[in-house]
Amino acid sequence: MSESIDLKLHVWRQNGPKDQGRFEDYSAYAKNISTHASFLECLDVVNERLVLAGKDPIVFDHDCREGICGACGVVINGEPHGPQKATTTCQLHMRKFTNGQELYVEPWRATAFPVIKDLAVDRGAFDRIVQAGGFITARAGSAPDANDIPVPKPIADDAMDAAACIGCGACVAACPNASASLFVSAKVGHLGVLPQGQAERDSRVLHMVAQHEHEGFGGCSNHYLCESACPKEISVKWIARMNRDLLKASVTHAPPTKSGGGDG
Amino acid sequence: MKLESKAPDGPIETRWERHKFGMQVVNPANKRKFKVIMVGTGLAGGAGAASLADLGYDVEAFCYQDSPRRAHSIAAQGGINAAKNYQGDGDSIYRLFYDTVKGGDFRARESNVYRLAQVSVDIIDQCAALGVPFAREYGGLLANRSFGGAQVSRTFYARGQTGQQLLLGAYSHLARTIANGKVKMHERCEMVDLIVVDGRARGIVTRDLVTGKVEAHLGDAVILATGGYGNVFYLSTNAKGCNTSAIWRAHRRGAGFANPCFTQIHPTCIPQGGDYQSKLTLMSESLRNDGRIWVPRKKEDCTKDPSTIAEKDRYYYLEEKYPKFGNLMPRDVASRQAKFVCDDGLGVGPEIAGVRRGVYLDFADAIKRDSEAVVREKYGNLFDMYERITGENPYKVPMRIYPATHYTMGGLWVDYNLQSTIPGLLVAGEANFSDHGANRLGASALMQGLADGFFILPYVVGHYLADAGKSKGVDESHPEVKAAIKGVQERVQTFIDVGQKGKRTVDDFHRELGAIIWNHCGMARTEKGLKEAIAKIPTLHEEFRKDVKILGGGEELNRELEKAMRVDDFFELGALMCRDALERDESAGCHFREEHQTKADPSVPGSYGGECVRNDEQFAHAAVWEWNGAGKPETRNTEPLTYEFIKLAARKY
Ligand SMILES: Cc1cc2nc3c(=O)[nH]c(=O)nc-3n(C[C@H](O)[C@H](O)[C@H](O)COP(=O)(O)OP(=O)(O)OC[C@H]3O[C@@H](n4cnc5c(N)ncnc54)[C@H](O)[C@@H]3O)c2cc1C
Ligand code: FES
Repeated sequence: MSESIDLKLHVWRQNGPKDQGRFEDYSAYAKNISTHASFLECLDVVNERLVLAGKDPIVFDHDCREGICGACGVVINGEPHGPQKATTTCQLHMRKFTNGQELYVEPWRATAFPVIKDLAVDRGAFDRIVQAGGFITARAGSAPDANDIPVPKPIADDAMDAAACIGCGACVAACPNASASLFVSAKVGHLGVLPQGQAERDSRVLHMVAQHEHEGFGGCSNHYLCESACPKEISVKWIARMNRDLLKASVTHAPPTKSGGGDG
Repeated sequence: MKLESKAPDGPIETRWERHKFGMQVVNPANKRKFKVIMVGTGLAGGAGAASLADLGYDVEAFCYQDSPRRAHSIAAQGGINAAKNYQGDGDSIYRLFYDTVKGGDFRARESNVYRLAQVSVDIIDQCAALGVPFAREYGGLLANRSFGGAQVSRTFYARGQTGQQLLLGAYSHLARTIANGKVKMHERCEMVDLIVVDGRARGIVTRDLVTGKVEAHLGDAVILATGGYGNVFYLSTNAKGCNTSAIWRAHRRGAGFANPCFTQIHPTCIPQGGDYQSKLTLMSESLRNDGRIWVPRKKEDCTKDPSTIAEKDRYYYLEEKYPKFGNLMPRDVASRQAKFVCDDGLGVGPEIAGVRRGVYLDFADAIKRDSEAVVREKYGNLFDMYERITGENPYKVPMRIYPATHYTMGGLWVDYNLQSTIPGLLVAGEANFSDHGANRLGASALMQGLADGFFILPYVVGHYLADAGKSKGVDESHPEVKAAIKGVQERVQTFIDVGQKGKRTVDDFHRELGAIIWNHCGMARTEKGLKEAIAKIPTLHEEFRKDVKILGGGEELNRELEKAMRVDDFFELGALMCRDALERDESAGCHFREEHQTKADPSVPGSYGGECVRNDEQFAHAAVWEWNGAGKPETRNTEPLTYEFIKLAARKY
């Protein structure tokens, strides 16, 4: 494989939520990119060249660059996090692309994720969904010995499968309805299968789902594109389980009168 | 500078208990009248903010990411220690205390370390209650593993994502307190200065990373839980945004900075691939349980396909030098030895700046012995990650690894109450210097962060506030507050003005600074090299301040400006690290001064030399640096360390 490639690079530029936005052609700045670089390192190289040329660098979110913080994420040729399965944008490497390949890079697109600038979006809605009920109430100092509540290994493993979600938002970007059902169900599922999570199980699912709607995410109509976009391969089975929990909770539990997270 | 440790005396087992009883408390009705500023919402800050809010304090919290869930605690893979002795293998609070003091090469405070070991057991209870899906045995009880060379199994874990799961636990706890209005969270908001009024910390100045707005946030106490400063090296296993700015700016306002040269290097990271490299990725140390580390014996073999190199031409340097521990030697020794073989021209992988920096970590024998399936079962996700990054299949060709900066033991000096030398400024987690001495044991940083956040801050904050009382008469119009805001605005403007004409990017400067520090104040340090670095850094800093290129303005989202402000602080910190390393004329833990090492003794089998030689007479202390103004040399103060319980002894392998 050749060690460096030239790209035909088109990047979405948008100067804030109200700006219309448009693709800009940065092919002139995307030549001679090492195939060993990550996708974000490719953007770094392009940005350094842009800065030296006196042009505004491309804004994108990132932090850990090892696939775990969930900060990064762009749509590459229509695919959230690009072409490699189970891989975040920061872990995607340029050897997956060919010399001369045309790339269109865009932000997550969803009403509930307004664009901040260029490829960076506001995912505060996810935090507010968690604030609505994605927790177990346990003050520091009040906990019983950890071995007092045994958790069978299959249940702990199941919880861990759901808890692996990194909150990147790729599921929303992939969904034709811009639904965050996979994200919500992963959190509901993680806490809901554990014995510690039973006391708040009903109120959790009711509040989180209500907040999801309140934030303007769409409903799930079983396209399952979220599962294939998810870099952590969270299964859509969690959505089915959430729906069962929701149904049960709505008959046994009074509906929430307000959304717990507020608008803040 | 007054350095009173405030550590209690008497029997070590009851020190914390007695100290807690002696502390003042704020009555429940009054707690809500106090506002606490929490900078950083990783494990230490997230757990701390939530716990203080649960007690009734009014908390304002800050992080630079778009969500508290993304703090770099999330990247920890291996696990968290606790002296639960669930395995019945002889662990105890005392043993964890002993291991930590010894592992830190006798440069930590005994009282603090004992308390850490003590509260470690509560952390696991608290996290399990919050729903952290720790690994379990079939009977449903918690599973443990042995980690980082420990003789007992005391490490709790959640697959290879322990940090992520603990952080999500702390984050969900924080989310609940945000929802009930007790914590006001400011995301994408960076602390750029500390406000000190009448000698007390009264607030911070922040820059909003979206709008660029500079403003003050005032409170009755300020807590910094802003993580480590490993990014001073440019390439590190830290997240891109990790910075020293919060603690550095506090230092410039009078907080003593302790042992800045104590930085830990992790032996098993994926080597740099090229100039474009933006960070390094760590792979769990557990790989060393089954992988064998080697380099070719002959330089001419370094570019050959490793499978063609005969067994006798392979140099298994750790196994040869340290037959007892072999590939499982502690982090600092394993890292240093990798550097030495590469310095000798025996490294493998791409050549960068004239040297190949990589050694093989070979699983061929393990695969032959146990089968590929068994190796896959143990390390599958690590092998996948390696392949994703390097494009090489480690089942077929040996992995290449090289050490990288990973953790900083140095940080703001704090007393037993986690208070810095500025009253009302407390420091928690990796940002303080307290518990790990000159070297941190694997799986002990997560423990310390949560210990500080869940179980220590709630007490010591109350103690401070009960004594200091409500801050009166400090509002936005106070001259100190106005001056602090103005100072930041001017600093921003200077960068914007210079930036228009500058010619070099921020990253370009940062890479050069990082290389200087890595070469001279990294895994091995010498008087000559440190002096060279001390001469070079200020010159480069000057150049940076005159020639850095930044586009755009201050009152808008401006990532180059953000980076420039952080790198500006790294320059000053980097220079101080080198001074600290120069003045500490001994070797201790991670701080390896080539002048102070054991010599090889041909009459003793296995005596290859190259181990740290401490100088307890002169350096059994924490070095605490005092800012004297820009451009003026800092003053070195010391806090003597005494060992009442664990006898000072050399580490031997
Ligand atoms: C790759 C890797 C693997 C590791 N593995 C392990 C392990 O297995 N076991 C173990 O015990 N330890 C491990 N460690 C170490 C451990 O993860 C860290 O030491 C620990 O998580 C630090 O926690 P913290 O809360 O102090 O800081 P962090 O989690 O880094 O949080 C810092 C917080 O401060 C905020 N912040 C920083 N600067 C500013 C500013 N200027 N203004 C406003 N906010 C700011 C950030 O936004 C963040 O919220 C690992 C570290 C790394 C890098
Ligand atoms: S930058 Fe953290 S997941 Fe990509």
